[in-house]
Amino acid sequence: MTTDESPPSAIDAVPLRHPWRWVAAVVILVLLFLFLYGAATNEAFKWSIYRQYLFDPRVLSVGLVNTLQLTVYSMVIAIALGIVLAVMRLSPNPVFNSVAWVFLWIFRGTPVYVQLVFWGLIPVIYQSMQIGVPFTGPTFVQFSVQTLSIPFLLATIGLALNESAYMAEIIRAGISSVSEGQLEASTALGMSWGLAMRRTVLPQAMRVIIPPTGNEVISMLKTTSLVTGVPFTLDLYGITSREIAARIYEPVPLLLVAATWYLVVTSILMVGQYYLERYFARGASRKLTGKQLEALAKAQLGTGAA
Amino acid sequence: MTPMVKAEQVCKSFGALHVLKGITLEVGRGEVLCMVGPSGSGKSTFLRCINHLEQVNAGRLYVDGDLIGYRERGAKLYEMSPRDAAKQRREIGMVFQHFNLFPHRTALENVMEAPVQVKRVKKAAAVERAKDLLEQVGLSDKATAYPAQLSGGQQQRVAIARALAMDPKLMLFDEPTSALDPELVGEVLAVMKKLASEGMTMVVVTHEMGFAREVANQLVFMDGGVVVESGNPREVLANPQHERTKAFLSKVL
Repeated sequence: MTTDESPPSAIDAVPLRHPWRWVAAVVILVLLFLFLYGAATNEAFKWSIYRQYLFDPRVLSVGLVNTLQLTVYSMVIAIALGIVLAVMRLSPNPVFNSVAWVFLWIFRGTPVYVQLVFWGLIPVIYQSMQIGVPFTGPTFVQFSVQTLSIPFLLATIGLALNESAYMAEIIRAGISSVSEGQLEASTALGMSWGLAMRRTVLPQAMRVIIPPTGNEVISMLKTTSLVTGVPFTLDLYGITSREIAARIYEPVPLLLVAATWYLVVTSILMVGQYYLERYFARGASRKLTGKQLEALAKAQLGTGAA
Repeated sequence: MTPMVKAEQVCKSFGALHVLKGITLEVGRGEVLCMVGPSGSGKSTFLRCINHLEQVNAGRLYVDGDLIGYRERGAKLYEMSPRDAAKQRREIGMVFQHFNLFPHRTALENVMEAPVQVKRVKKAAAVERAKDLLEQVGLSDKATAYPAQLSGGQQQRVAIARALAMDPKLMLFDEPTSALDPELVGEVLAVMKKLASEGMTMVVVTHEMGFAREVANQLVFMDGGVVVESGNPREVLANPQHERTKAFLSKVL
């Protein structure tokens, strides 16, 4: 090898062509156009009613707001409870372990709709509640559950408890995915178990926990439509189908209204999930970030010129 | 003067499996002890007992005069609370075979982590100290790199800096070069040599006989959970007295 040879010129090859991709794309576009044309001209879709109710204040300020509130509140409770359950499941304490197991067994083993109907019947099952000494002693506080108007609360609890069982398993899988050496290294540095969990294990577990949790949030947004079983009817689906469509006898355009808003919110959530995943993936790949590549290229240029 | 490490008849078993069967040894201040022996001989387990990652079943283990893992009151021993055990570990640095760096933190953040979180050192001071330490191990240009972007040798040097950041009085090395490519072993050993020359007390489990001969004050050969032979490394390596030591050394030298 000699050093005075000029470097070889960069390769300038004809790129590989993919004609069948174009054919497939054209076919799909034609089919899509036909479908959209059919939908636009089909009277049954009642697009004028769709337009009329898309931004209806009842749909937005009651339906959408309630759906978002149900989603956020129940997910927050579910994640908090899920962390507790996951740690209980991983704990060496047999009491914690079996309590968590039974909770998961019940709440994962029965359908969420059945659970929601059950929660709706709580005021029938427990007509009044009292705080005092059981069996013999005095009663300090007593109130009637039936007089309380709590379908929103019951719906939130119902969704949250069901979801916490799933979140517990997601979080447990995330914690288990972090290698034992990480906890060991933290311990050797004098960290307590709690600090090591918080600073070392959970941030790494997040990379595994975030994607399925994002899916759970999106799934929860849609599951809120089942609160009609409580019955709670002020969510997006309840408002459009029960409150509006049932009165004007137009189920199709109002279902489309509901579907549109569900889709809008899930799209926004997907964007948020992308950024969250990127944040928690840092350090997970050998791939250099744009900034680091730039710095390296600069360094190379510097030594090359010198 | 109390020795830095004093082991008296230390035993450790996992269920019916006896891994350590009465280890007695001493490491003086500023001394380097190298432990060699076949795998499964209990070297690593003994090392892990020193900072209470494993609980000793019998015997006594002292670091700087303090009993490890237990409180002694009268004739009775009381298991130590996790909080007190963590306090003892702060003064004992440990370096692992597989580095165990925090992958979600940069080299600098790895070194800063324990001082800031455990010792509550001010962040600015911790950054300065971490930069110094990275320079000492020859990695000042890698401060912002994540562990996955570093070679094995560089990762292990960051791990040494991370352990040193807690200002330990004793450093434990658990086969620090065994997971490295041969050409990267030297850079890690060089850092360890420098550390020894600066007076750090070290217990090193290793297969690097050259390092043991050059740096160690004391060499311990372990097999089957007991110390078979110990003494001046040059003498033990050149003229082993026991058959098992001879057999082992003939294979690795």
